Amino acid sequence: MIDDLVVNAALCMLMTAAAIWTVVTVRLLRAAIGLALTSALLTIVMYRFGSPLAAAFELSVCAGLISVIFVSAITLTSRLSSDRLNQRESEVLRRFWFLPLLVIIAGVILYKTSIPIEIIAFEGKTAAQDDVRSIIWNTRHLDLIGQIAILLAGAIGVVLLFKERKHG
Amino acid sequence: MADSVYVFWLFGIFVALLAIVGFYCILITSNLIRTLIGMEIVTKAVTFLIILVGRSTGNTGLAQSFAITLIVVEVVVIVVASGVVISVFRRNGSIDVNLFRNLKG
Repeated sequence: MIDDLVVNAALCMLMTAAAIWTVVTVRLLRAAIGLALTSALLTIVMYRFGSPLAAAFELSVCAGLISVIFVSAITLTSRLSSDRLNQRESEVLRRFWFLPLLVIIAGVILYKTSIPIEIIAFEGKTAAQDDVRSIIWNTRHLDLIGQIAILLAGAIGVVLLFKERKHG
Repeated sequence: MADSVYVFWLFGIFVALLAIVGFYCILITSNLIRTLIGMEIVTKAVTFLIILVGRSTGNTGLAQSFAITLIVVEVVVIVVASGVVISVFRRNGSIDVNLFRNLKG
């Protein structure tokens, strides 16, 4: 139990460090890679917390697809010159030097604070109620309809954004 | 149950830290792609919170279904927002919000 706790806490620390690196790094491409790393570490934590299906989604969609989208967006926007890159580096250092310090201070304060919380265990569940596939397909139809509607809205939105305008 | 409370509290700290990193990025940066990256980090904190609550209450099935819904919404938001960023770049030649003057009243 303790070993599990230590490994999970170490993974979460790595995940937080990866998120900080994502934000602090100067080049956008490195930031996209840092975000994929954060997603991959979150996937491991989710798997260890007993959520394998959501972990697989997180890995394939967030660490894979979203990274590809970010890399494409970065490629389609402008590349910085070396002068501008140096200027950006000092700007980023000036803006983000406080972040690691803030995270450490917030972590220590939250660890020392004790807010009374009560967790009510979910009781009387059957095996079918614990199976995510049965929940998605049998219990939460409305979520599925919402997901399909959102996917269609996203597809239509992208088509409209990239539609060539007729001039004249 | 005391063990569940301790685990929830311990890992809840990391949820809060991820949210702090994401919000800090959104508030400080003027680059649109970096803003999206900050939003992604905040969404990761929310995903982690859902899974953590599922583990603490022993209802991992429902938590996973919520997490999957959140991931689907997240990817659509990022796709559309990236499209908007690319359109803004084509129109203005920059993705720095400090340089935009088109909507200035």
